[in-house]
Amino acid sequence: MAIASLRKLEYPFTPEQVGSLRTGQFVWVSGLVYTARDRMHKYLFDGGKSPVDLKNSAIYHCGPVVVRKEGNWVVRAAGPTTSLREEPYLPRIIKEHGVRVIIGKGSMGRETEKACVEGGCVYLHAVGGAAQVLAGKVVAVKDVYFGSEFGLAEAMWALEIKDFPAIVAIDSRGRSLMKKIQSTSRMIGRKLMETDRFEV
Amino acid sequence: MKKYTQWEASLFELIRRTSVDLPADVEQALRRAHKTEKKDSRARWVLETVLENVQKARDNDAPLCQDTGSLIFYFQVPVGFDTNFLAAVTRMAVARATRFGYLRQNTIDSLTGESCETNVAHGAPIFYFEQCARTTVDVRLLMKGGGCENVGRQYSLPCVDLNAGRDLDGVRRCVLDAIISAQGNGCAPGILGVCIGGDRATGYECSKTQFLRKLDDRSSVKVLGRLEERILKDAKQLDIGPMGFGGNTTLLGVKIGSLSRLPASFFVTVSYMCWAFRRRGALLSVRGGFKKWL
Repeated sequence: MAIASLRKLEYPFTPEQVGSLRTGQFVWVSGLVYTARDRMHKYLFDGGKSPVDLKNSAIYHCGPVVVRKEGNWVVRAAGPTTSLREEPYLPRIIKEHGVRVIIGKGSMGRETEKACVEGGCVYLHAVGGAAQVLAGKVVAVKDVYFGSEFGLAEAMWALEIKDFPAIVAIDSRGRSLMKKIQSTSRMIGRKLMETDRFEV
Repeated sequence: MKKYTQWEASLFELIRRTSVDLPADVEQALRRAHKTEKKDSRARWVLETVLENVQKARDNDAPLCQDTGSLIFYFQVPVGFDTNFLAAVTRMAVARATRFGYLRQNTIDSLTGESCETNVAHGAPIFYFEQCARTTVDVRLLMKGGGCENVGRQYSLPCVDLNAGRDLDGVRRCVLDAIISAQGNGCAPGILGVCIGGDRATGYECSKTQFLRKLDDRSSVKVLGRLEERILKDAKQLDIGPMGFGGNTTLLGVKIGSLSRLPASFFVTVSYMCWAFRRRGALLSVRGGFKKWL
């Protein structure tokens, strides 16, 4: 699809690159990303040591389906998981580890918006459920950490991705794409409730 | 032993196909929705990606979504059929499908946090058995991911906050509230299964069995059919859209059922199914042989 506003974001993720992204833009991400979901977030939040240096890195909220084939790891499905579950943990992780890019799905809370402003970070929204399209953007599995402790879905996978499509949902100025849609839909919903009663 | 293998093979094939192949009616609804969204819009981009994903999953013979979900099996069996045996062979098929990567290791011990390697554990997979006057086995499988499961809701009427009384307009208000609360977080465009009545447990159960219905059907209870259409029409105006990025396509369908209730209870239960609506059925012989897709 030809999109006029398409931006490219390439590893290493610099503050300048990330700072120039704006809410609502389409982005293609390339380079190294680390998957992390519930177990990993809680672990890092509780002061656990990260197996990799997360400064200027990208965290991808994803629990992939990965199988072992002839001694190599193969990603069979890798879409985003709901990011809001990490809302209690994520702001501290962004701040303490200097994470530059978050990729996930769904709306996020005020604390993540604040952390994006303070840390010069962005939250990118990938298409939920698009596990095959997105697995197709993984060009290499570089490493896996905490595989046996957390299980393969909860492990931290170091993945190299190429032209991974997403939308800027929160930019480094803290502007949120979904917040506006939320408040508009609430207003419309209130009106719909009060009009044209449904009768038997 | 031969009989046993046949069962396992048929059930394995059901799981495999459910995981990789979106039902035709759902794909059609997504295609129709795609045409209604504006060119270059985020909504259209999402639906385009989704449709590409549906095709890729089939081509790659790999899971549509990495969250292969709760596995909910609905069996209709002849009277006197050994359902313990059926549960046992289904568990074997689930473990095998996990080993082959059609299912993610997706089952967590709630007390220890440990991940289960086979997806066969306490309460997983989920079974419903019904004995009927029939000579074959009808099995339906739903795979329902956690993201959409988390946005399900149960209301108790009357609900003062929503100005919802104990009538069908009260039901409509609850369902609208559920849609608005969910936003795009359950991977919109979604499909709603709604139950009016029942108790807290059967309400959810009945709301989920609504997902066994085809998208283009309409409740045979006339007033429920009307309510389904009305809610679908209301939802179009909310501008939540695919993934909650805005747009016309917030829902692909609304399916409503009802159960009787106690005088004091009036529950409205809403289950949300993501666009990756994995639903398949198969007709099997009493020896486990595959007869046809349902």
